[in-house]
Amino acid sequence: MLQATGIVHAYAGKPALDGVDFSLRAGEIHALMGQNGAGKSTLIKVLTGAEVLQRGSIVLDGQRIRPATNREAQRLGISTVYQEVNLCGNLSVAENIFAGRQPQRRLTRGGGIDWRTLNQRARTLLAGLDIDIDVKRELSSFSVALQQMVAIARAIDISARVLILDEPTSSLDSDEVEKLFTAMRRLRESGMAIVFVTHFLDQVYAVSDRITVLRNGRLVGEYPAAELDHAALVAAMVGRNVAPQGASGSATADRKSAASTRETPEPPVLRTQDLARRGSVSSVNLEIRPGEILGLAGLLGSGRTEVARLLFGLDRADAGEIRMSGRPVSLDNPAQAIAHTIAFCPEERKTEGIVEDLSIRDNIVLTLQARMGLWRKLPDSERTELTNSLAQLLDIRAGNLDAPIGELSGGNQQKCLIARALATKPRLLILDEPTRGIDVAGKQEIMNQLARLAAQGMALLFISAEVDELLRVSTRIVVMRDRRQVGTLPGGCSEDQVYALIAAPAEGLSA
Amino acid sequence: MNPAARKLLALPLFWPCATLALLVVLNAIVNPGFLALEWRDGHLYGNLIDILNRAAPLALVAAGMTLVIAARGLDISAGAVVAITAATGALCVSATGSLALAIAAALAAALACGLWNGLLVVAVGMQPIIATLILMVAGRGIAQLITGGQIITIYFPPYDYLGNGFLLGLPFAAVLALAVIVALHALLTATPLGLFIRAIGINPLAARIAGVRARPITLALYTFCGLTAGLAGLIISSNVKSADANNAGTLLELDAILAVTLGGTALTGGRFSLAGTAIGALIIQTLTSTIYSLGVPPEVNLVFKAALIFVVMLLQSAEFRASIRKLAVRPPEAA
Repeated sequence: MLQATGIVHAYAGKPALDGVDFSLRAGEIHALMGQNGAGKSTLIKVLTGAEVLQRGSIVLDGQRIRPATNREAQRLGISTVYQEVNLCGNLSVAENIFAGRQPQRRLTRGGGIDWRTLNQRARTLLAGLDIDIDVKRELSSFSVALQQMVAIARAIDISARVLILDEPTSSLDSDEVEKLFTAMRRLRESGMAIVFVTHFLDQVYAVSDRITVLRNGRLVGEYPAAELDHAALVAAMVGRNVAPQGASGSATADRKSAASTRETPEPPVLRTQDLARRGSVSSVNLEIRPGEILGLAGLLGSGRTEVARLLFGLDRADAGEIRMSGRPVSLDNPAQAIAHTIAFCPEERKTEGIVEDLSIRDNIVLTLQARMGLWRKLPDSERTELTNSLAQLLDIRAGNLDAPIGELSGGNQQKCLIARALATKPRLLILDEPTRGIDVAGKQEIMNQLARLAAQGMALLFISAEVDELLRVSTRIVVMRDRRQVGTLPGGCSEDQVYALIAAPAEGLSA
Repeated sequence: MNPAARKLLALPLFWPCATLALLVVLNAIVNPGFLALEWRDGHLYGNLIDILNRAAPLALVAAGMTLVIAARGLDISAGAVVAITAATGALCVSATGSLALAIAAALAAALACGLWNGLLVVAVGMQPIIATLILMVAGRGIAQLITGGQIITIYFPPYDYLGNGFLLGLPFAAVLALAVIVALHALLTATPLGLFIRAIGINPLAARIAGVRARPITLALYTFCGLTAGLAGLIISSNVKSADANNAGTLLELDAILAVTLGGTALTGGRFSLAGTAIGALIIQTLTSTIYSLGVPPEVNLVFKAALIFVVMLLQSAEFRASIRKLAVRPPEAA
């Protein structure tokens, strides 16, 4: 029904898509998979007219098309529901579905919007998705899941041929996901072609008929879902072979690590028991000992960052327990976590990390100063000495430490954030993607630094999307998938073992 | 331009000081006696001293406002708080005849007002402008309730000292304002509070993740801002020897925001200057004197003030100065 061939697309000369083919049949759910930067979003943008086709062809029902705007794509029958719900919370459900296309009353009957028809049609449309709600209520009074359904209803009503769902499940819990899948299956039966983009591997198998995998802007292949197992899918996504090892692999790995931890005498700095937060992560059991670097692996959206947020008090857990050195602690805000000698380098350096207009020195001492309270100020001489020595230790390259931190390169800013953490002499240091956006040499320096800190007895939790980095420094690796902890591997295991765990099918959700 | 001059121009307080100097010179030209100072009855006397005295309440409110704005907040209830404290002070001094009790009661009322604003912002999570709008509107009503709808006249000579007295030859109000600003500056440099306020103002999320406790700090800043408005209320009511629920401190909050801006504090939060705010308050008061000394008719008084402020603001704008420079200095090849 839809056939895209040889799509080439570049942003400012940098190719994002390089000769990608994609075909879509009526009445199928087609998963589009790939890691970050694989080109999924670009392909969707080209199909929906958000980006104008540069090279290649798109044929819809035998007609060559070249949508230049979203509206044009919609007219041709291609609609998209984005990850973030793109609707107006302050309008009613029915208004949202028909915004811009409200049925009009005949002039002889006074003109204006025909509310009765509008609401009636909205009800019918939602009933088709098995939803029965008051369509006159404000959209924002419903859950995100329902809002997503309303967005889908709107997309279907505008053009019911090709529906693109871009990570529709990322903010839904499992019941809601099941509802969405029911709706998707129903739409498939009515002959619609659905493109499903997601980071959750299990969900792909639960609904998809075929899978197209992209990597680095190129097509890896198109497979029937039944013929591509988890390991092969991950292998296709990451571009390396993964041993066909199932859930049993995780069990042995767990046993192995349990044996090795029993030998170490020191009590864990931090230990969590069934730590969970609804809509975020479920049942996290971690144990980090002094001198240990615990790696946290998983694909994007697997719950890596969410674990860090729970441990640093940025989110509140609604189940489970955190113990530090054996004593239960409550971590309700970052200040409390810092008081318990936890330090954290956030993933979003610019928005969550640095305070741009403050000097490098001020940025480094900020957390230490915050922990010392309102009345005790770090004496100037100590402040200078501390920041000088940390800058030297971490090799922060700045002409003048009194210059605003915003003037530094990304790698040096990252080092400043590590310096800020180290200034508090933490017992546990949590690093979320500390090497992201940093050049190779900078990455290596940071990794060396982490190893040195662990050797001095600090406990580290190292989160990274890059498995080779994790393997280089971690003593153990915990693997997350679909917001669950799926296994623990000993340090020195192979990348394949990690990927096998990332890819292992889960027992719960399945087709 | 030589390097020394360039350095001088780059000083953050250069343009506020230049503006103030310009206004003083303008006044001196129009009114030759403007700069005259005499020693009379044991204290200094003259136009400049008068400006200092009248600028004091504004400078106090603006000092509190500076910190609130620096931490990404706003307080538009200052005028109403002035009315409430003026009424409380006047009522209390008339009833008890004790100056200390009157001051204590008035400041307690001001403290409560500031705490209320802070709680609305911090605990309830309201937008600062809306949160303080509530007290801005309700405050006048509360003041009316306290005064029973009357203008309370104060017949208690010791109370006059606050707004009209002299300390060390200078107006007491001006000395008080200066003392508060100096103490505040000392507090901000001797403790990490200044660092925290700037961090909250620049990047609240990063500040929180760095462990800065933004909520208690913000609450304290609003409370302090209420307190400075309370001091201003005492001075104003003492100055006019009465408490007028409707007219005491009207639009004072807006003048304070203006003074903060003139002093070089960013309205978007983060960068702030207490000294700049003090100069800003002096600029506004000098401007008012200028209008009187120029003999502008009362009907067009406010229009004239608005026009002058507009010019002052343009002078302060780095972008505007740059575009003027471009107009004035043609590139050499075009000439």
